[in-house]
Amino acid sequence: MNPTLFLIFTSLLKIVGIVFVVILPMVSYSVYAERRVSALIQDRLGPNRVGPAGLFQPIADAMKFILKEDFTPANVNKFYYWLAPCLAMVPALMTIAVVPFGSTLFGVPMVIADINVGVLYVFAIASLGVYGIVIAGWSSNSKYPFLGGVRSSSQMISYELSLGLAVIPIFLLVGQLRLTDIVRYQIENGWMIAPFVGHWTDGWKWLLAIPMSISFVVFTIAIFAETNRLPFDLPEAETELVGGYHTEYGSMKFALFFLGEYAAMITGSAIIVTLFLGGWHLPVPWWNHAHGFHWLLIDGSLGGWRGVIGGLFNIFVFFGKVSVLLLFFIWVRWTLPRFRYDQLMRLGWVFFFEIALVNIFLAAIIIACLPQ
Amino acid sequence: MAITVSRPKLNWSERLYLPAILGGMAITFGHLKNMLLGRTKVTMQYPEQKWDSQMPDHYRGAPALVKDEGGRVRCVACQLCEFICPPRAIRIVPGEIPLGERFAKVEKYPEKFDIDMIRCIYCGMCEEVCPEQAIFLRKDYAITGYTRAEMVHDKEKLIEIGGVMHGLVLKWNEKK
Amino acid sequence: MPNDSQPQLVNVQIDDVWHQFPKGTRLIEACEQAGSYVPRYCYHKKLSSPGNCRMCLIEMGMPKMGPDRKPILGPDGKPEINWMPRPQISCATDVSEGLGVRTISPLVEECRRGVMEFLLINHPLDCPICDQAGECRLQEFSVEYGRQDSRFLEHKVKKPKNVVLGPRVTLDDERCILCSRCIRFCKEIAHDDVLGFVDRGSHTTLTAHPGKRLENNYSLNTVDICPVGALTSSDFRFKMRVWFLKETNSFCTSCATGCNTIIGTREDVIYRQTPRENDAVNSTWMCDYGRLNFAYLERDRRLLEPMVRTENKLQPATWPHAIASAATQLKPYVGWQTAILASGRMTNEELWLAGRLAESLGVTLIDIVPRTGEADDILLSADRNPNTNGARLLRLASGSGTVLQQIKEAVWSGQIQALITLGENPLRCGITPEYLARLPVYVVLDLLANDATAQASVVLPSLGFAEKRGSMINGKGRLQRLNRAVRGPGEARDDWEILRDLVQAISGGNSESHARSGRLDTIEDVFRQMSEAVPEFAGLTLSRISDLGVQVLNGDGKPGNSAPEKMREREPEKQPQ
Ligand code: SF4
Ligand code: SF4
Ligand code: SF4
Ligand code: SF4
Ligand code: FES
Repeated sequence: MNPTLFLIFTSLLKIVGIVFVVILPMVSYSVYAERRVSALIQDRLGPNRVGPAGLFQPIADAMKFILKEDFTPANVNKFYYWLAPCLAMVPALMTIAVVPFGSTLFGVPMVIADINVGVLYVFAIASLGVYGIVIAGWSSNSKYPFLGGVRSSSQMISYELSLGLAVIPIFLLVGQLRLTDIVRYQIENGWMIAPFVGHWTDGWKWLLAIPMSISFVVFTIAIFAETNRLPFDLPEAETELVGGYHTEYGSMKFALFFLGEYAAMITGSAIIVTLFLGGWHLPVPWWNHAHGFHWLLIDGSLGGWRGVIGGLFNIFVFFGKVSVLLLFFIWVRWTLPRFRYDQLMRLGWVFFFEIALVNIFLAAIIIACLPQ
Repeated sequence: MAITVSRPKLNWSERLYLPAILGGMAITFGHLKNMLLGRTKVTMQYPEQKWDSQMPDHYRGAPALVKDEGGRVRCVACQLCEFICPPRAIRIVPGEIPLGERFAKVEKYPEKFDIDMIRCIYCGMCEEVCPEQAIFLRKDYAITGYTRAEMVHDKEKLIEIGGVMHGLVLKWNEKK
Repeated sequence: MPNDSQPQLVNVQIDDVWHQFPKGTRLIEACEQAGSYVPRYCYHKKLSSPGNCRMCLIEMGMPKMGPDRKPILGPDGKPEINWMPRPQISCATDVSEGLGVRTISPLVEECRRGVMEFLLINHPLDCPICDQAGECRLQEFSVEYGRQDSRFLEHKVKKPKNVVLGPRVTLDDERCILCSRCIRFCKEIAHDDVLGFVDRGSHTTLTAHPGKRLENNYSLNTVDICPVGALTSSDFRFKMRVWFLKETNSFCTSCATGCNTIIGTREDVIYRQTPRENDAVNSTWMCDYGRLNFAYLERDRRLLEPMVRTENKLQPATWPHAIASAATQLKPYVGWQTAILASGRMTNEELWLAGRLAESLGVTLIDIVPRTGEADDILLSADRNPNTNGARLLRLASGSGTVLQQIKEAVWSGQIQALITLGENPLRCGITPEYLARLPVYVVLDLLANDATAQASVVLPSLGFAEKRGSMINGKGRLQRLNRAVRGPGEARDDWEILRDLVQAISGGNSESHARSGRLDTIEDVFRQMSEAVPEFAGLTLSRISDLGVQVLNGDGKPGNSAPEKMREREPEKQPQ
């Protein structure tokens, strides 16, 4: 087959597969997980009626949203009012394009677009998400959405700084922006925050893990803020702003915001996993006579069914890690109270920004001292 | 006058908040774990599990018209409940019992008796005001319907819910 | 020497305060005027006082007389009072100089409690089904003086219940407290002595004399004056509890007397009419005919929406269309081709606008349809139009009937091409469907559908007496005001609004009357416009007419405003017993 055609064909397949088979169901089931976990945390049961253990609840919800009257308030700016939900949803899905969610399957790399500016692309697209919210807030022509929109834009701008600064140590180390290379590096040298693989007894690596862990914490917290999750959900703080930027939205348009938020959460987790947690890589402890104890790398590079199983295993590992992070997100949400707005701003500008900045120097010094 | 609230002095680990956050997460995780292990059980699965048998005597469910042992619907359409009902849920059309009927000596009866259960607030005023011991709040609480019209209990429905009450004052029996 | 026109005043001490009353005032009334209401059952101020219920017992005393047969004065310069040891009834005594009364004292209260206990011995526990509940004197006074429980252990005396006394009155003998008000009313006011007591003691029973029924035209007044629920109106019986009724002051429009009434309504349904005291008109009574004459307002035949004849069928239309259509149909005819049949049941405001309508069309043939019946010498007037005087005053009534005859003939001859009837059925003055068939244009403003409205070109549904405001002048020249008790049904509109719109549609916005008095936005504006033209109404506004009316003409309907004789008050021809 013509390689270009083949590329187009596999890319389309990957796009459709990842968006419709993985991400969207994952989005709806993360909503379900959110509801169940929050219920359990609060000593309740949560949705358990539709289907076994309530597993069909997301489907019922989707049906409900689709069938609801699509109501447009009279005094909104129609064009932007309609545009906003799409703007909230699309960037969240687009970021996933550069994230490697597996090794290879049938020799095809499991990443939609392996571009060399991977992380920059992620930041560029993710920051577009704020437009959906700001436009929604403004076009609704109503005070609470407007406040939500304003809060959201300033919050996002503040936290994008630390977000960007937090990943710089990784680039210092890897010297690459391409996400597959970052994963590759972690396969060879161990995960950024837990470098067990390779020369794991090397003290420098562990020293390096300190700035990496700081980066990891700052980055994760910034992702919380980016995705408007509690404790940083001020743009939609119900107790203050009714519903925040989506107060005036209903039915499927509201659902798009809702899905967008969870999609952003998933892509955020995917990026954390890729940058800090080894991506699709899961080292399997192994022992044989030839090498003694060592870590076994499973990926899709083997021939025949072993390669297929390996590729699938990697995909599974990747999404498994993402799911664990999602549960963590949920867990945090149902534990922590919401920040006050001034606290949020202070935290972003006074703490995380500084920490990330100092962290860069720390990492740079360590890397500079690193014996080659 | 402004009141100055003195804030507690925090030491540095408290100022970091992290221990508190982790402590909080441990608590929520504990709840989650106990729920998963089935150690906490507070939620009742409503339509399957019910609490009806333990309902207290003073429970105020749907108001209904009762009959006495003699089979007489006790209401005489005095309309006091209609008057007292705070949300004006009750609507009565009084009528005269035709001569020759079994209870003609009571003279007056409700031709129509509607309680709009969308309006009813289960306050029990109607039961309290009724001079004839004719209306009681029964234990029915699952009052549902698909339309507004369905939610209006008419006389038949009210009598059906009400059933027979024993041991009421039977003053009309002494009438000529 | 006491002046004849100025009745002599006497000093009376009531509850330690000295008051002055004209000589001849009933003591019970004097107490009431002094602010101490004395409970009563048998006493009614328009009837004789038999003094048989004993509820009005009070302590009474006469001035102490010195040896010089002059009252001994106390330190305050007022006579000292010699209190009688036994209580006296206050309803059978007139005030006299130096009389002392105590309406609040342990003895008086004890008496009232005792009387109440006796009255309740045999009284049934009927309040839940009793129509009087809520306005029952027995209930009211037992709240104040009744016991919680009964000391009477024997069975209550059973008496007949649900007795049909006459076509309109139903009696429950168990509830009767034997006050005899109803008997006295029949004898003294209605001159139809049909009621009486039979048997003795606890078994005393009110009944109609053998072979007689309570069926005179005033029988329902017995229901009003019965202090308990013994006499009930068969019409109102069990229909609605009185505490739900909204009360609107109005007057009866069934004859020229215009008895003052209270209309009891709930949610736009009229349940009853009761008389309202007005000594210049109806004392405290009204006749059964007028009282029950409101059911027509809720007939199925009510016209509910304006209709316009299109393609030879009456089709529902909108108001603007109906008015415009009526105006365009009427406009082509000159004055002598058009006639207006107005009604003596219209209010002055409506008649005034009918006059303007006639002006704008140049109509000269305009009259009201007389409506007569038999008069009695109590209240009912031979003239059954409530506002004949108003129509005369506004020069719309010929009074002779010649104009009506002229109209009828002119319709037949074809001279009249357009006829407007305002709240009147032309069939009543001989304009039969054959006559109407000759008319190219026939505009009807009316409440009820009938044979004539079926032939109309335009039908304009209007409101009945209880649904609108307006004023009328009764047979004795008293200007009285109707108030709105209920809203009109369907799309029916206030008559005056219809007439105003019609006048404006015919003459354009700049008609003379329009220019004269500006816009007619409310009925008050109509009255103002009318009062500027009619000297009898000068200085009045519709709101300023009191609930008791204003005398604008002499009693005989002639100019002037001397009030007529007061309705006979409490001087029955012969005292009972
Ligand atoms: S319970 Fe209260 S609200 Fe309900 S019908 Fe009775 S009085 Fe009305
Ligand atoms: S208060 Fe009792 S007797 Fe009276 S109408 Fe209501 S239910 Fe009937
Ligand atoms: S007459 Fe009065 S006290 Fe007697 S039953 Fe009727 S309402 Fe009750
Ligand atoms: S029926 Fe009424 S008015 Fe007549 S005597 Fe009895 S209580 Fe009095
Ligand atoms: S009112 Fe005086 S005795 Fe009845």
